[in-house]
This record gives sequence, structure tokens and C-alpha cells, in this order.
Amino acid sequence: MSFVSFDRDSDQYRHWKVAIDGPLATLSMDVDEDSGLVDGYQLKLNSYDLGVDIELHDIVQRLRFEHPTVKAVVLTSAKERMFCAGANIYMLSTSSHAWKVNFCKFTNETRNGLEDSSAHSGLRFLAAINGTCAGGGYEIALACDEIVMIDDRSSTVSLPEVPLLGVLPGTGGLTRVVDKRGVRRDLADLFCTNADGVKAERAKEWGLVDAIAPPSRFEETVQIHAQGLADRSDRPDHAQGVTLTPLKRRMDEASIAYEHVAVAIDRSGRTATVTVEAPDSEQPSHIDAIRQAGAEWWPLAMARQLDDALLHLRHNFADVGTIVLKTRGEIDAVMAVDAALETHQADWFVREVIGMLRRTFARLEVTSRSLYAIIDEGSCFAGTLAELEFAADRSYMLDLPDAEEEGQDAPMIVLSPMNFGPYLMVNHLTRLQTRFGKDPVVMEGLRERIGERLDAQAALAAGLITVAPDDLDWDDEIRLALEERAGLSPDALTGMEASLRFAGTETMETKIFGRLSAWQNWVFNRPNAVGEQGALRLFGSGSKAHFDWERV
Amino acid sequence: MSLNYRDRIPNNVDLGTNRSLQRALEHWQPKFLTWWQDLGPEGFQAADVYLRTATSVDAKGWATYGKVKMPDYRWGIFLAEQTADRRIGFGDFYGKPAWDQVPGDFRSTLRRLIVTQGDTEPASVEQQRLLGQICPSLYDLRNLFQVNVEEGRHLWAMVYLLHAYFGRDGREEAEELLARHSGDADKPRILGTFNEPISDWLSFYMFTYFTDRDGKFQLKSLAESGFDPLARTCQFMLTEEAHHMFVGETGIGRVIRRTLEVMDEINSDDPEALRKAGAIDLPTVQKYLNFWFSSSLDLFGSDVSSNAATVFANGLKGRPDEGRYEDHVCVEDVFDLDKPDGKGGVETETVPLRNAMNEVTRNAYVKDCMIGVKRWNRSIAKAGKPFELTLPSTRFRRQIGSWAGFSVMPDGTPIDEEAWNARVNEWLPTEADQQFVHSLMRQVTAPGKMASWIAPPDRGINNLPVDYEYVHLG
Repeated sequence: MSFVSFDRDSDQYRHWKVAIDGPLATLSMDVDEDSGLVDGYQLKLNSYDLGVDIELHDIVQRLRFEHPTVKAVVLTSAKERMFCAGANIYMLSTSSHAWKVNFCKFTNETRNGLEDSSAHSGLRFLAAINGTCAGGGYEIALACDEIVMIDDRSSTVSLPEVPLLGVLPGTGGLTRVVDKRGVRRDLADLFCTNADGVKAERAKEWGLVDAIAPPSRFEETVQIHAQGLADRSDRPDHAQGVTLTPLKRRMDEASIAYEHVAVAIDRSGRTATVTVEAPDSEQPSHIDAIRQAGAEWWPLAMARQLDDALLHLRHNFADVGTIVLKTRGEIDAVMAVDAALETHQADWFVREVIGMLRRTFARLEVTSRSLYAIIDEGSCFAGTLAELEFAADRSYMLDLPDAEEEGQDAPMIVLSPMNFGPYLMVNHLTRLQTRFGKDPVVMEGLRERIGERLDAQAALAAGLITVAPDDLDWDDEIRLALEERAGLSPDALTGMEASLRFAGTETMETKIFGRLSAWQNWVFNRPNAVGEQGALRLFGSGSKAHFDWERV
Repeated sequence: MSLNYRDRIPNNVDLGTNRSLQRALEHWQPKFLTWWQDLGPEGFQAADVYLRTATSVDAKGWATYGKVKMPDYRWGIFLAEQTADRRIGFGDFYGKPAWDQVPGDFRSTLRRLIVTQGDTEPASVEQQRLLGQICPSLYDLRNLFQVNVEEGRHLWAMVYLLHAYFGRDGREEAEELLARHSGDADKPRILGTFNEPISDWLSFYMFTYFTDRDGKFQLKSLAESGFDPLARTCQFMLTEEAHHMFVGETGIGRVIRRTLEVMDEINSDDPEALRKAGAIDLPTVQKYLNFWFSSSLDLFGSDVSSNAATVFANGLKGRPDEGRYEDHVCVEDVFDLDKPDGKGGVETETVPLRNAMNEVTRNAYVKDCMIGVKRWNRSIAKAGKPFELTLPSTRFRRQIGSWAGFSVMPDGTPIDEEAWNARVNEWLPTEADQQFVHSLMRQVTAPGKMASWIAPPDRGINNLPVDYEYVHLG
């Protein structure tokens, strides 16, 4: 796989045009067909690859932070009579399985991110489908709050993956059509098997779009809907944005280092140790000072660095199977930041920072790696950082029974109010709710212990950690646990972990990441899609796929 | 009441006994007539026009002449005679029996092919609807209407296929063919070129020579289709399409002949002097040719196309004159394409032949376009004038394919945008050129008389004299 960078700057987008006018931002997709991320395909007809989506992600990130007064975003196309043809098929058919999965995952997270911002930060999205819209193009639209479609008697919306490519719509299309938009399932069945899709009138009738308008009234209709969405936003009318400064990162074969996050790669052990550091300087508590700190404010800086580290681990270190999560620093420093986060959570900027943390923790959990939290001396799994521990598949906490006598600094875990609400997982539950099956008695008991320093024994008793080896056993225990894990089948682990991590309620996200992605990844591996005679492999060659007709 | 379908709708598809097809067509026909009244030739619906009507597909019936009011024209449904045991001639199903019914797998692809072809037929009638009011002669007026009613019949042919083979979807698409209108911002025709109005007769001749020739090549490709009813329908349409290109070729030829005459009369080849004398100077003819040739090239689609590969592989759309090729499967072969190298030059890309089928058809088209150009040049040379018309490079002024958006001179040399802007007025009609051409467009309706800028034809229609009253303006 070729190296992927996720750094983008607002003045160097190749595939999108951004126009901001008061509370409305318009993102026009204008894919440069010769600027694919990898050689070997052209991005015709506004089709996209990972590079196009990285830009979209960057743009939305900047709207969140740099343009707080933007309330509604119009997603449209700068091409004539072509909204978006979806993911580029040649890119897909020439990509490795891992690349396809990572591509779909990132695009899914970007789509979910639109919905997350709409639900939690008042940033609304309107798809203005001004031409033909197929596959992933329609799936972008589905992730928006509303869809307006042009009725020029020719343009269609479609999900042609099944009939044309023998795969599934990979970014939530099937789920959102029935779950989000409530399209009747039999009509959805017609829709998803018709490669040509449907024109505006039927799309409206079936509920695939919210409004349709002829070309002469399209702009006006889009404006009305966009304004309507903006009116229902609680983003501020007046506010100074916070610039997302470029990330400072040092990277080599075996490490990635940021100011607050460090990644150490053990190639032979196929393990990456991600260490997150607590703030080592005084952090602001007053809202003005927080805004002043901006991108340097520790929770935002740390979240951006952790997010970037995760993306690099996914795309550029595919054989790392286990991520060891560590923290370093003062518990009090983390708790002070949590207090500021909680106090000011209604402020637009703090709300966006919490959103960034929420999405980053969610990204961690769908990264398809084993997650071990190591709670050792000098760690600070408190409040927001304790979420890392709760996200882990297992946690090991060093038990120092003679700490007091020996003058040792025993590791502690501390809960904060931030563990009880803002950082919802994709199942729309907190990590503690998910961990304890929403048991109200347990949850109430934990709530009462907010702020209490819990050593290994206390944490074990409270069910917050998995194992508490003492200092004599510690090194061996950790080594064995890592080696044992590294020997298990990576595929089985990914499936097992995904099944165990998201207990509780089913949501659109869990369906998309769990059910839909699992089906898709199965289909992506089947000869009917990717074999010599498979539909995805043969697409564009003209030849018809030869299927193995056995239903499995 | 039983209708006599053979009289009202001449056909060889056994319409009289096909109830469901009757019902569909009975529903559609009034809408077609309303469309014809509203968007067909403006101002001549009551005129008696000397038209050719196809009443059967044999030598005797395909060209029945007589005067008729256009709304009463008998638009018929004809398929070329069936060939016994016809086999699919290309693609992955090569050698298998041709399909009499739509194969389920290819239903939507075929429907799209038919709708795209069908959409161009009424579109051109709409584009040309005002031309009658500025016709250069009754002879030309009649030819315009002949072209128009035949485009109307070609619409019928496509609607027949939609009604007979595509069920409810087909009926809906048939109605949409009448709902989209050329140049209507809200309901435009599918292909961009067909939304531009044709507002002068030089453009009309260019359109019938270059753009209808694209139609000819599309029809030739579809005439190879493994879906037999489509193949047979298109085979018969080709006999009519030939007339349209005849109108184009002789039209441009007569414009040139008249210009040559005026050059001799005033003893000058100065464009300004020629314009003053009411003739169209040859450089202007060349500019119109550049415009229409290049826009027609785009109609063949992208030079590398997965759609083209798919329809070829699946036996739905072949190459024109597929029989002339040796390899009909084309799974191994490659094709060398010229494309911009990104550094201001040209590079060659080798692509699978199946993906280059649009380019193969486009090349055949370019060769076909040359024939008329040679003939026109011969008449210029014979008159002793040092001028030669040329077809511009296929890279020139393209909006689809590898060369889309690139600045390229008519000879194929890539240039920068600045150089293009500095010279574009030499290559394409300027506003002043268009105004001049429009200024010549005055209606001439006295039998046998011609406008100042065009020579009379060599002969009339169906052995009638040139000064016959081909259109009786009632």
C-alpha cells in the first residue's frame, strides 16, 4: 500500500470548492480527474477516491472549528448535470482488500461525522443533487439532513452496486434508505436492484429525496431548504473561529511523535504503543482563555493528534495487530481540563472539541485492532483519558500492594462527569453504560465515585479494569498477554472484537459498521465480486460476470 | 369500433392483432400529435407538402410520394425483414441466436440505449422548427419537412420498441420523450448539442451533414444489435437517414457553388466583397464546418468508455459494418489512443479495444465525413480557386474525452489558452459571422426561385422539376 497523508490545507483543495456566505456554506464537488491519490485510474464524472474524501473531511473539520457561524452546509456539484458517480470503480477493482476496507471505513466515518455534527453541534447538511447521482454519490446525500433533487427529466439517483458491480453500497446506503429515510422495503428492493435508478418524481414519491425542483427553480429551492436548516441550528450568530493549525508530526519507520501523543511501533511484535500525555502546562479554565488557546488547547490538540495517529496506523501500518494504550502525566491536570469541558460544554467551541473527542474515540473503536490499556506507574487514566481504557478490549492495571510502605506512586483511575454523557459510542451509549449493560444500580454507584482515586484493587472490584497483576508478575503478564494476542488469527480477532465492543442498542452506525460492513467485506472477498470472472473485477471491460450460483 | 391500423399507422409489426401495443400507441399518439402541433415546424401545419411516406419496407412501398398536410402524415412502424436464424455478430455471445425478446439482464441498458437514441429524434425537429420561416426555396423547405417528418417517424420507431418490449417503464419513457424539449432549461434533451437551436440554414446543412451522420453511425452500430427488433428497426431507419445527409451534402455544395459563381461575377475572393454581393465566403463556411464537426464528434462519447465496452461485450451495440471486421469478440486486442501528456504534448495510451469502441466508431465517422469534403473541394478546384476545406483534427474543441477542455489548433497542435483566445476567431464563427449569415436568411417561396446565397439543386425531387411547387402554402 502506498503511504497516505491526511494533512490538507484550505487553500490547496483539488477536488472541492468552498464558498461561505453568512450562515450558509456551499461545498461544490469538482473532482480533478487526473489527481487521483494513486496512479492507475482517472476520477471521471465526479467519482471519488480516498484523496477526495480526505479533503471533504478536512473541509468539514474546518467548518466545525474555523467557521462557527456557518449553520447549514449545501453539498452540491460544480459539474454540469453530474452530481457524483460515487466511489471510483477502477480504484476499487485495482485496490487490495485492505485498501478497500480502509477506504470504506474512512468514508463511512466522514458520512457519520456529518450526522454527528448535525445531532450534537447544530451544523446541518443539505444535499443539492443537481445532476445524476449514483452509488456513493447518493450515499453522501443520504448522510445529509435533507435532500433536494433537480427535476430535469433526465437526472437520476441510484444505488447500482448490486446490479452493476455485484457488491453492496459501501457507505451506509442500504441502511439509511430504510432506517433513516423510511423508504418502504419493497420499494427499496426495486431501487437497489435497478442500475439506472429513478428520476426525480419517483425519487420524491418513494421518499428517496425530500424535495424536487426544475432547473429554473432549483437554486431557489435549495436556498429555501438551506435557510430552513440554518434557522433550526443553534450555532452562534457571531463568533470568532479557531484556526486548525497544521499538525506537527515527526515520523519514521518505528515511531510517530506529536506534542501530546507518541506512537512506538514494535514491528516484530506487530504492536504499537500509543502514549497520550496529560497537559504539562497550566490549561485555561475561563472560556475566553480557552478560545484564545484554540487549537493549542490540550483536549483539542490531543484529539487531533490521536486521530491522525490512528489514521496513520490504519493506512500505513497495516500489520500492527495490537494497539497498547498508555497515558502519562498528572491526573489532576486531566481532571482540571475535564472540569473546564463540563463547565463550558454549551459554548460552541467547547462543544466542537467534545465532538472531536467523541469521534476520535469512536474511530479508535472501529480501527480493527486489538486494544489493550496498560495502566502503569505515571499513568493518568482519568476522566476523558479514562475513555481510552474503557474503549480497550482488555485493561491491565499495575497493583502495588505495598505502595505506601515502599513510597511507590501506585497508578490510579479517576472518573469524571465526562465519562457519563458526552462521549457516546456508535451505539449511542456511553462506554460505561455499554460495559455494564446499562445497569442503573451500577451506574449510580459509579457516579457517586466521581473524583475518587481508584487503585488497582478498587478498580478491579468496581469492574473498571480486567486484570491487576502485582509488580512481581507485571512484566511477564504483559509480555505473555501481548504475545498470545499476536498469535491469534487477525480476521477472527477483528470479528470477535467488533462483536463484543458494541453491546447494547443497535443504531444506524452499528448497523453500518457491524452488519453492512461485515456483509460488504464478505462480498469483497468472494469470487463473485473479485474473482477472475467476478462482477467488480470485470466492470469496465464489458464482459459479463460469471457467478457461482450457490446461495451461501 | 375497430380501427384499420394498416391505414392509420402503416406498419409491418402486426399492429392490428397486438392488443397491448394498440392500447399503448393509442394512448401515446394524441400526445405525439399535440407535440407535433406545438413544437413541430412553426407556421406550416396547414400547408400541403410533397412528402415521401414509407408504407412498407419493400422497394415499392418505402418511398410513396404525394402531397400531404404534415399533421396528417402517416407515421408508420417498420422493421427490416427478419433474417431467418440470425446470429449475434459480436461480443461474448458471438454466434448465439439473436434475441427476439429483451434479455432480462440487459433490460435497463437496452432501454437506456433506445431512450438516448429516441431523444435525439424529436429534439432535432424542435431545434429546426423556425427554419421554415427563412427558407431559401420551396425545394429546401420541402426537404426540411421531409427530414422533420422522418425524425418524427424515427421517434415512432423507438417508441414502438419501448412500448412493445419494456412494459410500464417503456411507456413512461415514451412519454418522457415528448416531455423533454430542446433548449428547455427545466426539461432539456439528454444530449447537450440537441439543446442548441438551429437558427440559420448554413447550420441546418452542417447539422444534417455532420450531426445526422453521427446518427447514421449510431444506427449502424445498433443495427448490429443482438436484440433483433432493435437491429431491424435501425436497419430500416438507415434508408431514411441517407436522405438527411444528402440534404446536408448538397446543401453545403450549393452554398459553395453559389459563392464560386459570385467570385467570378465580381472577380474577387475578398470576403467582404463577397458578403456584400450576398454570398457566404469560404472561410466562413470553414468556420461553420469546424464548429459542427467538432460538436458532432462529442456525440460518440468518451474515447475510453466502460459503457462502450459493456454494450459491445453484451452484444447490444456493435461496430458499424461489424461484418467487415475479422475478430468479432475483441477480448485480447488493444487500441492506441492519442491523449494529452500533461506537458503540452501528445502521448499514446494503449487501452483494451473493447473500451475504445467509441473511438473506433468515431474514426469510421471521420472517414465518412471526408467524402463530402473531397467533393466540395473538387468543385472549388474545378472553378480554379485556391481554397481547400479541411476537417479539423479530432482533438479540436472537444468537450468530451481525453482532449476535453484542452486548447488545440484545428491541425491538432496543442497550444496554450492565451494563444487559443488570440486565434479562436479565425477558427470558429464569430458573433459578426453569425450576424452576417442571419442577415442573409430571408424567406423565398416562389417556385424555382433561390435565395442569393445558394445555387439551385441539380435536379428536383422524384424526377419533378426544380420549379415544382413542393410546398403549397395554403
